Amino acid sequence: MRKNSGYIQFILLGLLVCPSLVLAQVDTLPAIELQEVLVDHNKKLYHAHYSPSPVQFIAGEKLKRLQSLNVADALRYFSGIQLKDYGGIGGIKTVNVRSMGSQHTGVFYDGIQLGNAQNGQVDLGKFSLDNIEKLSLYQGQRTQMEQSAKSYASANTIYLETKRPEFTDDKNYEAAAGLRTGSFGLFNPSLNFSYKISNAVAVRLSTEMIRAHGRYDFQYSNGVYDTTAVRNNADIASYRLEASVYGEHGNSDSWKIKYYHYDSQRGLPGAVVANRFKRPQRLWNSNDFIQWEYTHDFEERYSIKLRGKYSEDFSRYVDPEIVTTSGLLDNEYNQQEYYLSLVHTYKVKPSWIISLATDLEHNAMQANLYRFAYPKRSSLLNVLASVWDFKWINFQVSLLSTGIYESVEHYQSAEDFQEYSPTFLFNVQPFSSPDFRLRGFYKSIFRLPSFNDLYYTSVGNTFLSPEYSDQINVGFSWKKQRSNILLNITSDIYKVWITDKIVAVPGTNLFRWTMFNLGEVVTNGLETNISTSANAGADFNFTVNVGYTFQESLDVTSGGNSYGQQIPYIPKHSGSLSMMGSYKNTEFNYSFIYTGERFSQKANILSNYLQPWYTHDLSVSYSLMLFKNPLKAEMEINNVLDQQYAVIKNFPMPGRSFRFGLNYQL
Amino acid sequence: MKRSWLFLLTLFTIYACQTDDIPEGEEVQNPEIPEEPSDPDEEKPGQPWVEGFYLLNEGNMSMNKASLDYMNFKTGEYRSNIFSSSNPDVVGGLGDVGNDMGIYGSKLYVVLNASNKVEVLDAQTGTRLKQIDINNCRYITFYKGKAYLSSYLGSIGDPSAPNGIVAEIDTTTMEITRRVEVGRQPEELVAHNDKIYVANSGGYSPPDYETTISVIDINSFSETKRIEVAANLNRLKIDSQGDLYVTSRGDYLEIPSKLYVVDTKIEEVKKVFDLGVSNLVIHNDIAYMYNTEFSYLTGDYSVSYTMLDTKSETLLDGSFIAESQKDLIKMPYGIAIHPETEEVLITDAMDYVTPGNLYCFSPEGELKWMVQTGDIPAHIVFRYSSSHE
Repeated sequence: MRKNSGYIQFILLGLLVCPSLVLAQVDTLPAIELQEVLVDHNKKLYHAHYSPSPVQFIAGEKLKRLQSLNVADALRYFSGIQLKDYGGIGGIKTVNVRSMGSQHTGVFYDGIQLGNAQNGQVDLGKFSLDNIEKLSLYQGQRTQMEQSAKSYASANTIYLETKRPEFTDDKNYEAAAGLRTGSFGLFNPSLNFSYKISNAVAVRLSTEMIRAHGRYDFQYSNGVYDTTAVRNNADIASYRLEASVYGEHGNSDSWKIKYYHYDSQRGLPGAVVANRFKRPQRLWNSNDFIQWEYTHDFEERYSIKLRGKYSEDFSRYVDPEIVTTSGLLDNEYNQQEYYLSLVHTYKVKPSWIISLATDLEHNAMQANLYRFAYPKRSSLLNVLASVWDFKWINFQVSLLSTGIYESVEHYQSAEDFQEYSPTFLFNVQPFSSPDFRLRGFYKSIFRLPSFNDLYYTSVGNTFLSPEYSDQINVGFSWKKQRSNILLNITSDIYKVWITDKIVAVPGTNLFRWTMFNLGEVVTNGLETNISTSANAGADFNFTVNVGYTFQESLDVTSGGNSYGQQIPYIPKHSGSLSMMGSYKNTEFNYSFIYTGERFSQKANILSNYLQPWYTHDLSVSYSLMLFKNPLKAEMEINNVLDQQYAVIKNFPMPGRSFRFGLNYQL
Repeated sequence: MKRSWLFLLTLFTIYACQTDDIPEGEEVQNPEIPEEPSDPDEEKPGQPWVEGFYLLNEGNMSMNKASLDYMNFKTGEYRSNIFSSSNPDVVGGLGDVGNDMGIYGSKLYVVLNASNKVEVLDAQTGTRLKQIDINNCRYITFYKGKAYLSSYLGSIGDPSAPNGIVAEIDTTTMEITRRVEVGRQPEELVAHNDKIYVANSGGYSPPDYETTISVIDINSFSETKRIEVAANLNRLKIDSQGDLYVTSRGDYLEIPSKLYVVDTKIEEVKKVFDLGVSNLVIHNDIAYMYNTEFSYLTGDYSVSYTMLDTKSETLLDGSFIAESQKDLIKMPYGIAIHPETEEVLITDAMDYVTPGNLYCFSPEGELKWMVQTGDIPAHIVFRYSSSHE
């Protein structure tokens, strides 16, 4: 106990001493009704408070109000995340959690991983929030016992949970139609429809289209020249369709099947460099998958969960600036993924659950590239996990075994691989009050080299080893309710070691970069979130969330030219603030995001310096009844102060923009 | 409660302000120059003498980080970013990927590959005289009042036009006057005897590389011949005998990299050196060459420095960098020989993503001085006193 209170003092002291620390960002707490808040300490409701791994989530009403078009935009509100955003509606967006690199983050869609064996990262800009109910980020790993082995196999995980059919008493359907428009020539109609076939089976259809020319003005300046240019070739046309069937039979069987389709065509506006403000490159994507889940409880103590997925991915890249003997450069990539998972959970005692998860995955990739290897990868993952859950302490252990079997049709394949990865997590209540909980974890995991890392013609290197991450995290969650105010403060400090980092190194000349296990990075970080919700009178509610992140991520590659310097694109300080209020039928939201100074390349020198940026976003919405059904109208102003900034060097972001939306429910 | 949030918000807004953009200023280094050169005006009155050199840093593609440095032998000062300081109002600065550079008369021509332009500067002051737009430009050479520039593609976006061009620029008007189609993705070129010889690479269509040098007749400005050499040509230099030294990069797999000698009188290959050459420079009938061999197994580089007598066309023993100094250079990228002192200037691109170095070695191969450059220091041209005009 002595040790613990010392630690708490350290954290609190840190909060007071560092002035920028209170200028923070995001949340873990949903904007919940106070009636719910006042329910007693409930582990399910306060999942984040009792979770051994730090978890941040945004769900339901709050997610709707965050002015986000896609998952990536909403993730900006989490602390510890850097969004890599190339700008504009069609821009590719990936996240970098705790400076580990986006390939260490696993993204799960309704419990099943969204894979991309080609480059190991998921473009979160293409996942719409229209059909998402809840968005969560787990550091380390989620600790749910029924999860698949894949859930243990990333350094951190993002879970996207889609909306499920919900019916009011007298209706057997539910429908919602929406339309959004605004800056960038945005036209974004959506339609959601759920239907109750019987008491046991329901279906849901969700579809959406996005069209935008994507053009926007940006300021291009060095302090002497100052010009305004237009971002060109930034258009997008995309279409999404999701169809799901849900079944529940008695108390022991439940299942769901989902079909997901996405396709898009977009321009790639490219880097803005001197004398070059327009580029002609185009990208096409399509993704289709069908996934299913089945749960059966044999008795109260033993249950199984089966999951499966088949996925096809296609992308095509055309570069009219490269003309080959067979015409314009026109590359096509195809991927297939087969996945099967079985999880047994057994309740040994009411406070002791063990889980055995087995996942089988097969990936294949084809491309019309010169000397392409046509790789295939089979993975076998097994996890044995155990949780002991008492009132005062929750303790979890897991051991993941990963077996990788590689083959190629041509040339040389990477070697097969076997590894064991342990994780320990705990959450304890050191004092008599459950308001204060301490948490911590240790996790060792790796990310596999992607197919591009291994086999991309002339770049790939089949001798690559996986890139390892080791994390230690300790933190606390404290929450307090007083009459109609709820306050929650969480803070974590962590250390992450990345070894054998896979980096591109130029070979004999600049055109021939090759991948190597060369880099090493050590990160010391701190994340703090403060959130408060309150009722002021019967009609007025508000929620405020503040989050702050400190990250010192140093390149410690021995013999490197940048030893001891902050790695590219990681700010030391970043944070966000969001405020949401509602009065009767009107809702208003304000959010602020801050990213401190960064460097665009390894050397921390003036010519690589990137300015801090911060954006203020505002929105207002009003709900009314139209033909006895609710109609909601909203208006957003994003980047209110019209700040000119870039997240990635030479990729300017939009200034002030507007969005209008209408949503009608039946 | 609410008041304190307001306070925090105010605090945050004040704290989180952007500073003014800091234009990248000149940076001056004073490398040690042990022997002050005596005043050349006294030694060779009326003769032009070398008063300094420009160094072009390429910068990585899409980073827009090409930069120009100048070494002044008189003052011993090495100035970085002189383009930005002489031309702060040029939108976007020097640009993306500085691929080549040359001085002709009083003008300095800087070829910016990914910025699709050539900047013509006053060689004395570094101020811009004109910007010439040309897509995907690569290398430049000069002959009888004209500049000749190779470019990877004659037209962008035409699937049936994979060939490159050589463009002729009038050095008085600084306008493109003529164009001629050559092979695919032409690289280095020289002009000799009213002809232009340009090395074709064909790098956009592996494994279908080009294997020829295109010969252009300057008077008719048409391609008159292709000299068969080897796959994927790159460097092309000429010696005092009118022989071309051309490097072939091979296909990086089965076909090895080699050095070929082409006689311009018969326009045929007359000798092959079974030797990979990354870059070379010919001075006083000696070719100074280096090669970086790269192992795809270990990721290690091995660098070799060799010399060749271009009169006898034989390799010379020894090296122009002393054995003890070789480890200094991680990734040699550009090379030049001081025309008067015969000192060897070698740039080091390091890991290509951090600032590089420039080393000056005595003719005996001992390090004289070094300075830090921009990213990927690559091309050096000497400025003579006659450039004043």
